[in-house]
Amino acid sequence: MIEIKDLHKSYKMGSNSLHVLKGINFSVAEGELVSIMGSSGSGKSTLLNILGMLDEADEGSYTLDGVPIKNLNEKIAARYRNKFLGFIFQSFNLISYKTALDNVALPLYYQGVKRKERIEKAMAYLEKVGLANWAGHLPNELSGGQKQRVAIARALASDPKVLLADEPTGALDTKTSYEVMDLIQGINDEGRTILVVTHEHDIAQMTKRIVNLKDGLIIDDSRVNQVRALENV
Amino acid sequence: MFDLERWEEIFDTIGKNKLRTFLTGLSVASGIFILVVLLGIGEGMKNGISAEFEGDAANILYVWTGVTSKEYKGLNPGRRIQMKNEDYAFTAEKHKDELEYKSSVYRIWNGIVNYEKESGSYRVEGVLPDYQFLENSSMAAGRFINYKDHDNFEKVVVIGNKVKNDLFKSEDPIGEYIQLSGINFKVIGVFTDPGGEREETRVYLPLSTAQRVFNGSNNIGNLAFTLQKEENFEAALAASEKFSAELEQYLKERHSIAPDDDSAVTVNNSLENAKRFFDLMDMIKYFFWGVGICTIIAGIVGVSNIMLIIVKERTREIGVRKALGAQPLSIVTMVLHESIFVTAIAGFAGLIFSLALLEFVGPLIETNYIANPSIDFNVAITTVFILIFAGALAGFFPAWRAARIKPIVALRDE
Repeated sequence: MIEIKDLHKSYKMGSNSLHVLKGINFSVAEGELVSIMGSSGSGKSTLLNILGMLDEADEGSYTLDGVPIKNLNEKIAARYRNKFLGFIFQSFNLISYKTALDNVALPLYYQGVKRKERIEKAMAYLEKVGLANWAGHLPNELSGGQKQRVAIARALASDPKVLLADEPTGALDTKTSYEVMDLIQGINDEGRTILVVTHEHDIAQMTKRIVNLKDGLIIDDSRVNQVRALENV
Repeated sequence: MFDLERWEEIFDTIGKNKLRTFLTGLSVASGIFILVVLLGIGEGMKNGISAEFEGDAANILYVWTGVTSKEYKGLNPGRRIQMKNEDYAFTAEKHKDELEYKSSVYRIWNGIVNYEKESGSYRVEGVLPDYQFLENSSMAAGRFINYKDHDNFEKVVVIGNKVKNDLFKSEDPIGEYIQLSGINFKVIGVFTDPGGEREETRVYLPLSTAQRVFNGSNNIGNLAFTLQKEENFEAALAASEKFSAELEQYLKERHSIAPDDDSAVTVNNSLENAKRFFDLMDMIKYFFWGVGICTIIAGIVGVSNIMLIIVKERTREIGVRKALGAQPLSIVTMVLHESIFVTAIAGFAGLIFSLALLEFVGPLIETNYIANPSIDFNVAITTVFILIFAGALAGFFPAWRAARIKPIVALRDE
């Protein structure tokens, strides 16, 4: 599903150049649930941004579902993001003046789906995350866990190949975190490929594979015995 | 355009910042308001000045003579030039195809007019029958002087409405006799003049009678002509300039006046005066457009500024949208749409308010140089297009900026 070869990325900081990714080789098969770990500054967010086509690598190749991701202009990147990827952010990033339902429907809007069909699909995904009764509520009327679940529904709405979650539980308490992880595990069980960036070990243990990043290099990549989130709730 | 979500979004952002949007809209509305009112006043000035020219036939040429100021052919400066009947006859004959109305005028100075116990001092002139049309006068009662009166040296007069009111009060003046310098003249008509009361304080008698009774021999004081109507203003102006040049040259030759002596003969071409006024009006109109456009620009800058702030505030949201697959174009149209909407609504409010003002207050304005300020449909349509263009312009830079926002940067924006 994801193939990365010899990925380099550096940022210019005035006259200094900060080498963040120093040759990452990494691949993810379909249906995997991978967590990317590392201390801050290890390059895990940069890696995720490149995977998410929010940022571009300086060197190296990136293939997503057989499509080489290179020389992207804004238009193509937007189309690929819409087609291939679903994002889940630490701070949810829901649009504050849209209802939960409209937030979920937004990726479908950008796919050019008709309004009626859009609303139906969005409603189905809200049901899937257990928030059908909250469809008409604005984000600020929802709890943190509910917001993240709306965000997950939104990420799923465009039926992406890969879900990218950047610290999805970073702004939640433990109990809510586990509930969200349970949801993510459930989605993975249905066969969807998911990448989770986190620095919490308990969260990482709930994935099937942990990739450890340090100073821009992968220092460890191992499969783990998945801990089901539900057991800890 | 008919995308429901887009409209929802626009109303939502406007709703969140009612006061800010209102104030911005106000600057655009006042810009359009000022432009339309200025243009209305410009139109009113044009109407007012046109009305001033209605006093006489608009294309009238009026000739008078004075004193020479230059030595010529051995003649000293300071000679008084006196036109004769032959001057008139020659010109009338030579240009008979071009002329519409023609008359010469012999003015009687010291025009004391008596009727029974009433008396007054008026402008008394011997004229030819065409003079009625040269002055644009119309008859309120009786008739004007005709060629028969002229040929027979009839002692008849036509008096202005004001003269009639002064001397006859409510009496019917037709057939009554008034005295000019003690000589009886029969009143045969009363005229009114669109030029107003000042032009109605005149008394006309046949030219021949005036010259004979008041020792004028064959002297005449003025010539007055109008030319045949032309297709348009430019053609009429060209014809009248040609005619007045020829006339001036003829008179100067005949009276031995230096060709460059401007004080001896004056041909007053009212079309040239009118042209000067209309040129001035055009200048004023362009100036008003300029001022109005500048005011609108100030409004646009305001809208543009607000849109920039909105884009800045929504940076994160735009980043999220891009992450979800929004194309740059859809971001651009989102911002443009809102900007055009705000500008258009505010602009229409200003337009309607100013049109209402012109409609209801305009007719009440009655000064010498402004009459019925109004604005025509085309100008209103033009301002509407200016508005839409302005809205697009105001939104362009913010939209461009929004489209360039990198999702990664936007998402980091806290």
